[in-house]
Amino acid sequence: METAACIIDVNKLNFYYGKFQALKDITLCLKPHKITAFIGPSGCGKSTFLRTLNRMNDLIAGVRINGKVLIDGRNIYAPDMDVVELRRRVGMVFQRPNPFPMSIYDNVTYAPRMKGQSRGLDDLVERTLVRAALWDEVKDKLKVSALSLSGGQQQRLCIARALAADPGILLMDEPCSSLDPVSTLRIEELMQDLKSEYTIIIVTHNMQQAARVADYTGFFLSGELIEFGDSNKIFTKPDDKRTEGYITGRFG
Amino acid sequence: MRPRGTGEWLAYGLLYLSIVLVTLPVAAIFFILVSRGYSAVNWEFLSSAPRMGMRAGGIFPAIMGTLLLVLGTIAIALPLGIMAAIYLSEYSSRGRLNRLIHLAIVNLAGVPSVVYGLFGLGAFVLFLKIGVSLLAGCLTLALMILPVIITASEEALQAVPQSFREASLALGATRWKTIWNVVLPSALPGILTGAILGVSRAAGETAPILFTAAAFFLPRLPRSIFDQVMALPYHLYIITTQVPNIPQKVQYGTALVLVALVLLINASAIVLRSYIRWRRSW
Ligand SMILES: Nc1ncnc2c1ncn2[C@@H]1O[C@H](COP(=O)(O)OP(=O)(O)O)[C@@H](O)[C@H]1O
Ligand SMILES: [Mg+2]
Repeated sequence: METAACIIDVNKLNFYYGKFQALKDITLCLKPHKITAFIGPSGCGKSTFLRTLNRMNDLIAGVRINGKVLIDGRNIYAPDMDVVELRRRVGMVFQRPNPFPMSIYDNVTYAPRMKGQSRGLDDLVERTLVRAALWDEVKDKLKVSALSLSGGQQQRLCIARALAADPGILLMDEPCSSLDPVSTLRIEELMQDLKSEYTIIIVTHNMQQAARVADYTGFFLSGELIEFGDSNKIFTKPDDKRTEGYITGRFG
Repeated sequence: MRPRGTGEWLAYGLLYLSIVLVTLPVAAIFFILVSRGYSAVNWEFLSSAPRMGMRAGGIFPAIMGTLLLVLGTIAIALPLGIMAAIYLSEYSSRGRLNRLIHLAIVNLAGVPSVVYGLFGLGAFVLFLKIGVSLLAGCLTLALMILPVIITASEEALQAVPQSFREASLALGATRWKTIWNVVLPSALPGILTGAILGVSRAAGETAPILFTAAAFFLPRLPRSIFDQVMALPYHLYIITTQVPNIPQKVQYGTALVLVALVLLINASAIVLRSYIRWRRSW
């Protein structure tokens, strides 16, 4: 793969929780305006990998990292990297919907307000909620608590909240794992819809989901990236025996 | 739920007994205070200064003194305590030094109040030359209730789900903005609980203000924060032990007012807390 086309370029990345090595020598290149999925058995390091991309692992004591992660060509672990700026560029949606205990409106406007923006928020709320396919359901109750929404709505609100920060890249860590099938489908549609503007990286334990939504898929096992490539190829004729074993359901 | 079997009955009986033993004295105190003191409490008692060597007149300066002491104490201790708790909970790494500081704070909560009084006398009244005054009393009381407020605030901060912090940081908010906009509002009800406990203690204690703020007899309000004040607990102590031939109902009436005042302050803080909870949950 050509480096020039990589929006995220990971090179020989190793990650340790204390003595425990959770990521081993990860090297890959992610393309812009594509959906990339990471699959693998639980505990294999998918979340850890995702969280190295917006430096959320910085919050955990005793972690160590080496290797390179270039986003838009800049090493995000360079000493002069502004983490706040990085996280505005790389948004994140978590496994469990985690809206703030505030109104729907205040949730969506959170990131712009933190940047000091106070004008045009109404427009932004409408635009963002439309983008997240939630507007029709909540347009009459924007001042109502976000916690009163259903789980699926809360997760779409969290997506809207992340989009309002105007990121180019969206990380999603098992965003549908606590949702019902209908909500899951809505979020998958939403991802397809967002692809034209955003680069989306999703972690999922659901292989059907990866096969449905992702252009590229990577398979993690015990902290190693076993195989990475076109979803079609990974799910039809993977190169590695272990990938084949996982997707045919022999373990994991 | 009705217990079955002897063992169950025994446990039920013991637990029930303990509740009776705990509530009975409280109820008895209330009953005695009200029955013996209510006849002394009237508008004149609440609104005028003591007269005739404190045997007649009212306790207005003492009520105001206690209110001022409590307000001043909270104004000092609450911001300081919250800031300390934020540092301990959100900024410091959970290392050995942190545990040591924690241990020290917990132990400070167990120091007898008279020790705080002596410290206040030495540090604020004499060394800083503030003199026996409202300010010195507030500082001493603030020192005394700081451990309570810090401990309660720290617990309240720790109880805020980590997912809120992560969500905020992941949106590109700085650490301080995350604390200010997400963590603190969620922790506020718990912090107020600490404040309530602190206020109750500050309003009721005699020893810390004995050498630092309290006037034996001062039939007027303090003119500045460097003036002495009368205070209800100390006044109560004086009229029950130092002044002969005081009608008993004056003593009980004063005690009744003190208890009622503490309850009133607590009740308003609880109302405030419920209001905040209600606003946050819509
Ligand atoms: N904060 C942490 N401290 C220590 N070990 C951790 C921590 N978080 C995750 N791990 C370990 O790292 C490995 C990878 O975890 P994770 O990335 O969460 O896996 P996945 O998301 O694929 O289920 C697991 O073995 C897990 O136990
Ligand atoms: Mg995970």
